[in-house]
Amino acid sequence: MLRVLAALTPGIAAYAWFFGPGVLIQLGLASLTALLAEALMLKLRDRPIWRSVGDGSALVTAWLIALSFPSTGPWWLVVVATLAAILVAKHLYGGLGQNPFNPAMVGFALMIVAYPLMMSRWPGAGAAMDIGQAGALIFGSHSVDTVTMATPLDTLRTAMHGVETKLSVETFLQSRPDLHAAWKWIAAGYLAGGLWLLQQRIISWHMPTAFLVTLIALAGVSSAIDPSAFNGPLFELISGGAMLAAFFIVTDPVSGCTTPRGKLIFATGVALITWIIRHFGGYPDGIAFAVLLMNVAAPLIDMYTQPKVFGLKDDQGSRHD
Amino acid sequence: MIRQPQQQLFRFNGGVTPEYHKDQSTRVPIGVPPAPTELVIPLHQSIGGTPRPIVSVGERVLCGQRIGEADGDVSAAVHASTSGTVVAIEMRQLPHPSGLSSLCVVLQADGHNDWIACSAFDYEQATAQEIRDYLRDSGVVGLGGAVFPSHLKLNAGHQIGIDTLIINGAECEPYITCDDMLMRERATEIVRGVALMRRVLNAKAVCIGIEDNKPQAIAAMQTAVSESKEDFAVTTVPTRYPAGGAKQLIRVITGIEVPHGRRSVEYGVQCFNVATALAIYQAIALGRPLISRIVTVAGNVSNARNFEVLIGTLMKDIVALCDPLADTDRVIMGGPMMGVELASQDVPVVKATNCILLGSQKIFPPAPPEMPCIRCGECAIACPADLQPLELYWFARAKLFGKAQEYHLFDCIECGCCSYVCPSNIPLVDYYRFAKSEIWAREKEKALADEARERFEFRQFRDEREEHEKVARLAARAAAAAEAKAQSAADLAAASAGGDSGGDDATKALIAAALERARQQGGEIAPKNTGHVSAEQLAEIAQIESRRAEIREQAKPQLPPDS
Repeated sequence: MLRVLAALTPGIAAYAWFFGPGVLIQLGLASLTALLAEALMLKLRDRPIWRSVGDGSALVTAWLIALSFPSTGPWWLVVVATLAAILVAKHLYGGLGQNPFNPAMVGFALMIVAYPLMMSRWPGAGAAMDIGQAGALIFGSHSVDTVTMATPLDTLRTAMHGVETKLSVETFLQSRPDLHAAWKWIAAGYLAGGLWLLQQRIISWHMPTAFLVTLIALAGVSSAIDPSAFNGPLFELISGGAMLAAFFIVTDPVSGCTTPRGKLIFATGVALITWIIRHFGGYPDGIAFAVLLMNVAAPLIDMYTQPKVFGLKDDQGSRHD
Repeated sequence: MIRQPQQQLFRFNGGVTPEYHKDQSTRVPIGVPPAPTELVIPLHQSIGGTPRPIVSVGERVLCGQRIGEADGDVSAAVHASTSGTVVAIEMRQLPHPSGLSSLCVVLQADGHNDWIACSAFDYEQATAQEIRDYLRDSGVVGLGGAVFPSHLKLNAGHQIGIDTLIINGAECEPYITCDDMLMRERATEIVRGVALMRRVLNAKAVCIGIEDNKPQAIAAMQTAVSESKEDFAVTTVPTRYPAGGAKQLIRVITGIEVPHGRRSVEYGVQCFNVATALAIYQAIALGRPLISRIVTVAGNVSNARNFEVLIGTLMKDIVALCDPLADTDRVIMGGPMMGVELASQDVPVVKATNCILLGSQKIFPPAPPEMPCIRCGECAIACPADLQPLELYWFARAKLFGKAQEYHLFDCIECGCCSYVCPSNIPLVDYYRFAKSEIWAREKEKALADEARERFEFRQFRDEREEHEKVARLAARAAAAAEAKAQSAADLAAASAGGDSGGDDATKALIAAALERARQQGGEIAPKNTGHVSAEQLAEIAQIESRRAEIREQAKPQLPPDS
């Protein structure tokens, strides 16, 4: 788990570089909340506290929440999401290893359903905030509206489906090259961390590959057919939490599939549902819902994709019979 | 020297590469420990039935003399490992994890080591059955650790022949080097044993598989094979635990996967350990039964070494020769992956003892506390049987034994790869052993219940049948009585028509006739209190009986038609 945290740092560094230190405050808030909630639940459940807190699983959940939330959102947004993730999604289901749903995504889904507007206000890139400004945004009243804006996905969504203007992807990207660059670098940071996880054999290739390939294929085909209504592959990959999801969210072993074929199906399903929600659904980004929906299907997928055991493979028996 | 090109090899999925620690015990040649004064020879040393003791207390036995006779076909004889006197035949502790006791022949050695008269066995003139019986009586069992009676495996191919005879010299467990040293030092005899086996099995090809971390053994075997002019292939297989498992080695060499519950011979392959080949050579060519084996003593000792140990020698005597370190806190029979921890060293070396591994906190630190399974799937990657250990763990913990079997629990070979790689330090194999033993216990219970039910059902059936027979018998009697009554009524009518004077006599005659008929029809029933009944009584009885018969007739359709 600690290596997963380490793998997140390049992405976090890029995030903080482009959007200011707000994300670091959010990470701190989420971490503190997660550790306290974890310790409390372990105590209530009469489990060894230090050993389980030390496994880092609560921190991974906390960081994923902080990174998928707007970095300038009010402090309680992340805190409530983290509490929901640790207390409800994780411990009420039996703790580490027993939760059927990805805790971080439960937290995210809860907040985006409850506070859709706050969840969509993201800082504009290049608006270099110092720690004081960020702190004022997070802990103070919601007054510094000038430096925040909707996510590129949200903007595009409104633009594409709005009645008044038809704004092409190119036009949008040209209008905000700074944002484009920022998200590209953050995605590159996550990608680097993810590749390191692959090299360390913490995660297997199945899930990230299936997720990214599906997303690229869907975006490629749809944007080729109707470029005005669909995003191209690059935009799909760098926007929202696609890279974060590919290497850090869909790869959650507890709530996902475990068989090799199951992993491919699971990640493909997440990418497909994500893309559908992004383009036809009611929310700007659908990764959380996609992950939760596939979590439900994971045990079934696993059941039907059990690998053939030694001696009972298809090609057996013909050689010497 | 004719070197065959290395044949194409196959791979099995999974496996691990632990630290091997094999050089520790290969620095010095195989040693011969001083002759023990007392030997404890367990009678049950192989898979199958427990041999019966055929010596008595006080009897003098010779080295190689049979002391336990094989119990049935799936069993192997046991022999005296030296000459001496039988001082006891009693229960002694076995090298078993729970300190199980079993019947052992305790032998006081006389130090002469007088052998029985040994002569080679002319297997070429012998029938398949004779070869089997000879090997069974020579006590030859698989020395790789499974101690399966070898004669059962040498049987199948005699007439039909098999494709490949595989000789297992892989020895994949860490620390164990007994096969390695045996191949280095006794390659010629092993090759002769293999040649014998090949002829018995009528095998088309022979392949000796050795892991590539034993270059000296490979060289020795290659030399021995080329000197013997046999066309055996000495195949170097990649070092990866558990490549020495019979099914894994068969897979690596032939590409065939033998499923659980099937025997390799069904796929034209048979696999023997190198030490078994040597034992077969000694039994057939020299006429010497299996009385010793090579044992590695390693782990927490300053002088790890291999010894040729007489079966029945106490482990502590062998361990003492290797200077165990002071912090030794456990003794394991076998290797660190699949070996079993013994309760004490005060147990004899048996045919299954390939290694005595001493442990300490330093060499085998206690496993860190067990953490929850996060379904990371490392175990599934490491599993050489292509199972999903995480699912099996889940089911075993939840006691969902049916599901565990559905997920092929019994295909698990308990190699320990999953436990080895588990990042949460879960002793997975322990869970599988628990599940297996629970399932066996339940099956046993079920068999007992089935037996009881069958007994009950048979009793019910018998009771019913007897009841039915009784009813039928009574019905027959009643029918006879009714007939008699009808006839007597007719006779009475005739008599009364004839006149009153002879009425009594006629009645008496009729009664006598009726009695006679009844006696003839119901021969098996001889009522005792019906000898002197009056005519009225008799008529009354007949009436009652006919009434009863009617009732029974009504009741009859409820009974099964065929009973």
